[in-house]
Amino acid sequence: MSGLDPYVWSNLVTVALVVGGLALARFVRGQRLWREASVELWRRRRVAIVVVGVYLVIALLDSIAWKGGVPEGTVGVLPNAPLTVVDRLFLDTKEASYSAPLADVEFYGGRPLRRPGTHLLGTDILGRDVLYMSLKGARVALLIGGLTSLIAIPIALFFGVGAGYFGGRFDDFVFFLISTLASMPGILLLIALIMVMGRGTLSVCVALAVTGWVGFCRLSRAETLKLRELDYVVAARALGVSEPRIIWRHVLPNLAHLIVITFVLMFSGLVLSEAVLSWLGIGVDGSWGQMIDGARDELSREPIVWWNIGAAGTALFGLILAVNAVGDAVRDVLDPRTLRAGE
Amino acid sequence: MAAYVIRRLAYGVGVVFGVLFLLFVLFFAVTEPDDIARKALGDKAPPEVLEIWKQNHGYDRPLWPWQDWGDNLLFDHYRKMLSFDFGLSDADDSPILDRIRAGMGPSLSLTVPLLVLSLVVAIPLSLVVAFFRETYIDRMGVFLCVLAMSVSTLLYIIGAQFLIGKLLRWYPISGFDSSLAMLPRFLALPLIVGVVSGLGSDVRFYRTVFLEESSRDFVRTARAKGAGESRIMLGHVLRNAMIPILTRVVLAIPFLFMGSILIESFFGIPGLGSMTVDAIQANDFSTLRTMVYIGSLLFVLGQVATDLSYGLVDPRVRFE
Repeated sequence: MSGLDPYVWSNLVTVALVVGGLALARFVRGQRLWREASVELWRRRRVAIVVVGVYLVIALLDSIAWKGGVPEGTVGVLPNAPLTVVDRLFLDTKEASYSAPLADVEFYGGRPLRRPGTHLLGTDILGRDVLYMSLKGARVALLIGGLTSLIAIPIALFFGVGAGYFGGRFDDFVFFLISTLASMPGILLLIALIMVMGRGTLSVCVALAVTGWVGFCRLSRAETLKLRELDYVVAARALGVSEPRIIWRHVLPNLAHLIVITFVLMFSGLVLSEAVLSWLGIGVDGSWGQMIDGARDELSREPIVWWNIGAAGTALFGLILAVNAVGDAVRDVLDPRTLRAGE
Repeated sequence: MAAYVIRRLAYGVGVVFGVLFLLFVLFFAVTEPDDIARKALGDKAPPEVLEIWKQNHGYDRPLWPWQDWGDNLLFDHYRKMLSFDFGLSDADDSPILDRIRAGMGPSLSLTVPLLVLSLVVAIPLSLVVAFFRETYIDRMGVFLCVLAMSVSTLLYIIGAQFLIGKLLRWYPISGFDSSLAMLPRFLALPLIVGVVSGLGSDVRFYRTVFLEESSRDFVRTARAKGAGESRIMLGHVLRNAMIPILTRVVLAIPFLFMGSILIESFFGIPGLGSMTVDAIQANDFSTLRTMVYIGSLLFVLGQVATDLSYGLVDPRVRFE
């Protein structure tokens, strides 16, 4: 849209997401089933949930940006560029090249640093603070997982529920589409899509969504097939309730737990896929995958630069482990049966 | 039975046609031949050169049948792909089929031992974990699986190259030699990485399968008769779990021919995986779409074979 800078849009989207999240929390509190599930979840996976929360807070702090407030002559900052809270915490930390964690001099050559002893995790080849880069990666990772799910899950629901509920020609078409997409090797299709659409955050997310929606579509189709034969759905139909309303009131609420489970279980796979894509040179800028990719050669240097890949790898591992742990618990709490075999 | 086989095969052919259509949309309709030519030759290439290039690669005709019924890219694409006439690479004009032939050997020499080794390592491990179900050993095992699954494959590869290849110097960091004497030395590290990086999800999968089988009635009956716990695990649970395990293995076999993108290119194995990575870096669209097509074809074949072989393995399955 003309007139508004991209950072304003990013701020608005962030605010919208926070408001949406709060509304969701209110809804969860109001419904007994969801409230009990979340209490049980908290009881089982306290640490993992806190860890995910920390990543979330970092990502939010890195999503709200505003201009101004930067002292004149700060190194490495364009004048009048919008900066986030995380950016502002690491203002004026740029060095000329590598420095080891908490070092006083440059790693190669031993020239004195501008800011000796302040780089907790060292700096990378361009002299950027590694802690800063790792924190910024949180937003990218959550964006990849979240945006992709926001694209993939509605598509999967539309086709899956439609096919399961209405059957007939539409079902044949959807089933054929699913079999076709599922028979293409996932990583190759992903690469092909990104090459065709061009590189960038949005095209990576769209490509991940196109390759990722099939599984959930199959699941929601199968569940809908079961649901539409249930007595209360048949009764609603006999009473003359319209089809969209039946789907909205009776089918979708019964798929809600599957949506939540799929979202959490899909998330870690998506973030890990992005790391592979980064390595192939078609990832998202600023992701941990790119940091790991960039650090590959550093391990063959003498003496080696280990803190860059260490930080990115740990950050990635921490998020994925926490999400996986939460995901398993979510599945156990919400659905003890359906998804077991499909693992 | 015959009717079922024919129907299943016809559906497989339909899916392959669908894949080819999607590939056409992606690689011809969205990325037009002009874009491909310009990417191969650079922005400054004169139009005559572009035309000659398009002619050599068979791109010099209209896209859709309604533009020219006899001579269009869509029919041409189907004809060529179905007859395995893959044409020339968009990047360096080499025949794609020759390169696939050359790459298949190295790929298979990596992926076949990898599949066998993973099975040999993962199945006994998961049997042990399932044997100790609902004890702290089981919980520990599951936790370790989740831990192992949370590490990116990139880190496994980089870590193994650094630790085993560089620090300990047991095996060469990367490289390939197809002579039988040298091959094991070069394959050792890729195989270790491949097995370890897949171990978490494999063990978890097989454990779930085993647990499912061990809650069946015949297991309870066997236990009631006084059969020992290890006999139950091997004789009753493992044998009945063979069907899901076989399904997984049979479905994995087609992809053995495709090689492994990550492992091959990290370890310098000149297989189909590295070929794909090179194709990405060089904007080589024709090689990439050929690889997607071959992968899908193999997958469909594998699936049809699995469905049909169910009838042979499991007497409960009847074909309608």
